[in-house]
Parts: sequence; structure tokens; C-alpha cells
Amino acid sequence: MSYVFQFGIVWDHLPRLLAGAWLTLRLSFGAFAIGLALALVLAYARTAGPKPLRAAIAAYVEVIRNTPFLVQLFIIYFSLPEIGLRFDAVTAALIGMSLNFSGYATEILRAGIESVPRSQIEAGYCLGLPRVSIYRHVIAWPALRAVYPALASQFVLLMLGSSIVAAISVEELTGIINTLQSTTFRAFEFYFVATGMYLAMALGARLLLDAVYWTLFVRGRPVERAWAR
Amino acid sequence: MSRDFDWPEFLFVLGAVRWTVLLSLIAFVGGGIGGLILAIMRTSSIRALRWISAAYIGLIQSTPLLMQLFLVFYGLAVISGVRIDPWPAVTLAFTMYAAAFLGEIWRGAIQAIPRQQWEAAAALPLAPAAQLMHVILPQAFRIAIPPTVGFLVQLIKGTSIASIIGFVELTRAGQLMVNVTFQPMIVYPVVAALYFALCWPMSMLALRLERRIDAALGIRRHT
Repeated sequence: MSYVFQFGIVWDHLPRLLAGAWLTLRLSFGAFAIGLALALVLAYARTAGPKPLRAAIAAYVEVIRNTPFLVQLFIIYFSLPEIGLRFDAVTAALIGMSLNFSGYATEILRAGIESVPRSQIEAGYCLGLPRVSIYRHVIAWPALRAVYPALASQFVLLMLGSSIVAAISVEELTGIINTLQSTTFRAFEFYFVATGMYLAMALGARLLLDAVYWTLFVRGRPVERAWAR
Repeated sequence: MSRDFDWPEFLFVLGAVRWTVLLSLIAFVGGGIGGLILAIMRTSSIRALRWISAAYIGLIQSTPLLMQLFLVFYGLAVISGVRIDPWPAVTLAFTMYAAAFLGEIWRGAIQAIPRQQWEAAAALPLAPAAQLMHVILPQAFRIAIPPTVGFLVQLIKGTSIASIIGFVELTRAGQLMVNVTFQPMIVYPVVAALYFALCWPMSMLALRLERRIDAALGIRRHT
């Protein structure tokens, strides 16, 4: 083995790596917000909508969850322009990530909604709460709390999976690295550093999501605080 | 004048399913062996073994599969000094990936077995290895089946990434056919449908097995 590692060259390109990581973060949080909003609507319709709508949403979820993200991206970026839907690479990536995340999140939220005992909803009616309040306070909020850890894990998977959008020429962290390694011939060093950056982002996201959980569901709520201990 | 996406082209894509399946199987078997070792290490009484296993699993689960694939691909090239073909890199990377996930799933299954089972086996008296082999693992195995089948779906979908380093499997075969037919609106949905045909029955199986085990253990999830 006569290979000499040179990490200095990676250091020289640090600003571009950080720009790539910034796009990775923006895509991930953007897709998280859009996908989660979509999933909240879909999960509600999936549990309370008319039967044909429920079946259609179930089919959507199964298709998203049983086909590779890479192929979904190819369909959005390469196939849809044939029927006149043309997106630039970053938009296609954002759409693909959002739709992909919405499929998984719908299933997670559905499980959460169905985990709320019927008796609690009936108790809500007995108190004379309006339907909207029951949905918000008795179903949605407790359901969200129950599935929060699963959603958080799914977000980390979304962020790590975003490296795949480099395949449709998006210049996020992986895309930047692909370009740099092909011009410098220092592939291993670049991928090594990029892997470390993804690791840092994944661990950072976990800490952030734990902090959000604490703020939303534990702080200022004595019963939950006792549970958390 | 380009070709249309017709029978020969479809059969080419269909034929590539075998490489997707073969790669998934190799990774599953190799990862299964690695995962079993990791799960046993992770639940052992020796702290160093637990720590090594946890670090490996955490590292694989917190970095992108695509990065692992590139690192193995270029790492092997660094060691051997030449550009290597994708096969060894792809099989090694997916095996390492599968080992971490299966190790984590099976750790959960082993830890789901009540302490008293260990104590009863120790009281018989069975040696620690025999306790694991004859009492704990057979029970853990049943609990582990549904999530293991679920991971197999994740693995099959994951192998599509191998196309990025030029390994010809289902997704790459689809790309090649798009290049000659210029009909991505037909080819990619066909590729997606083939993945769906592979994965969906397994997802359904995993769900049914999970319900059956829940029923056997007396767990009632929502109706």
C-alpha cells in the first residue's frame, strides 16, 4: 500500500463543503416541514375520510414505502418532464424528499391516532367539547406525542437519505464531494470527511429533536415531567 | 431513430431483477452472520464488547448508506492500488450495512426475553453459551422475524443505490434502457413496479407475522 493520505486538500475546499452541508440541511428541514404538513392531512383523511379516499391514501403510502427513493427521484426528475412537468434539480429533490417523507409519516401518524383509546374521545364528547377541540386536544396532540420518537428517527433517515439526490445533480454535500473528488483525485479523503459531516449533522439533529420534545411535551407539565423521570 | 421500450427491453430490465435479489441475499446472509455476532456482543456482560458493538451500529446508522458505499469502493481501491470492479465493494458495503441494522433488531429481540428465562436456564444448570443457544435465542428468534422481514424490504430498496457506482442491477438496467429508448415515462414506472412486486408481499407478510406474534403475546394494538 503506497497511498499517501492528503487531507490538506479537503481543508482548502472547506467553504464549498459547508455550502453543500447547508443545502443538505435546508432540503432536509424543508422536506420535513412540507412532508409532515401533508402527512397530517393524509393521516386524518386515512382514519376519518370516506372509504374510497382511505383506500387511495393507503395505496399511496404502500407505493411510497415499497419502492426505492432513487427511483422515485428519477420519475420526478426524468419522467414527469415528458408530460410537461419540468422541475430544476433542487425543486425535484425537495418534491421527492417531501413525498417520500409524507408516505412514512402518514403511516406513523395513523398508528398514533389509532392508539388513542375510544373512551378518551367519548369522554371529550361527554364534556361537551366541540369536534375541533376533541381532534386537537384529545386526538392530535397525544397522538403526536406518542409517535414523536418514530418521527424523529424518520427525520434522521430523511437527512441521511438526502445524499441520494446527488444522483440527479443536486449540489448538496454529496454532490459537491462528487465534483471535488473527480477534479482532485482524492476521493477517499473527501468521502471520509463528508461522512464525518453527515455524522455530526445526524447527531446534532437528534439533540435538537430531543430538545424540541422536551419543550413541547414535558416542560411546564408536571405529570409528563414525572413520567420522563 | 431510437428503439422503443418493447419486449426485449422489458426482458432486459426484468432480468436485472436477479442481480438486485442476489445482492440483497448476499448482504442478508453476510449481514445476518455479522448481525448475530453484534447482537450477542451488545447483550454480553463484557463492557468492551458492548461498547464496540454499540459504536459500530451507531456509526452505520448515523451515516448515509451512499457514503459507506463510496468509502468502501474507494477504500478498497486505495488498499489494492487499482480501480476495482463494483462487485466486491458493493457486497462488502451492503453486508456491513445489513449487519448493523440486523444486530440492532436482534439485540432488541434478545433483550425482550424476560430475565427469569436466563435465571431459569442458569438454575438447570446450563452453561452461559447453552443458556443463549437453547433458551434465549429460540424465543428471541420468533420475536425478531417480523422486523427482520421488514428490514429485508429496506435492504432491497437500498440496493438501488449500487447503481450510482455503476453496478448493474434493476435501477441501473432501467437507466440503460432510458438511454437507448428515451422513454423515461415508461421505463422508470416499470422499474418502480418491479420493486413494488418484490417488496410489497414481504411488507404484508411482516405485518401479518407481527399481528400474529402480538396476539400470541397478548398485546392488543388498536383495532
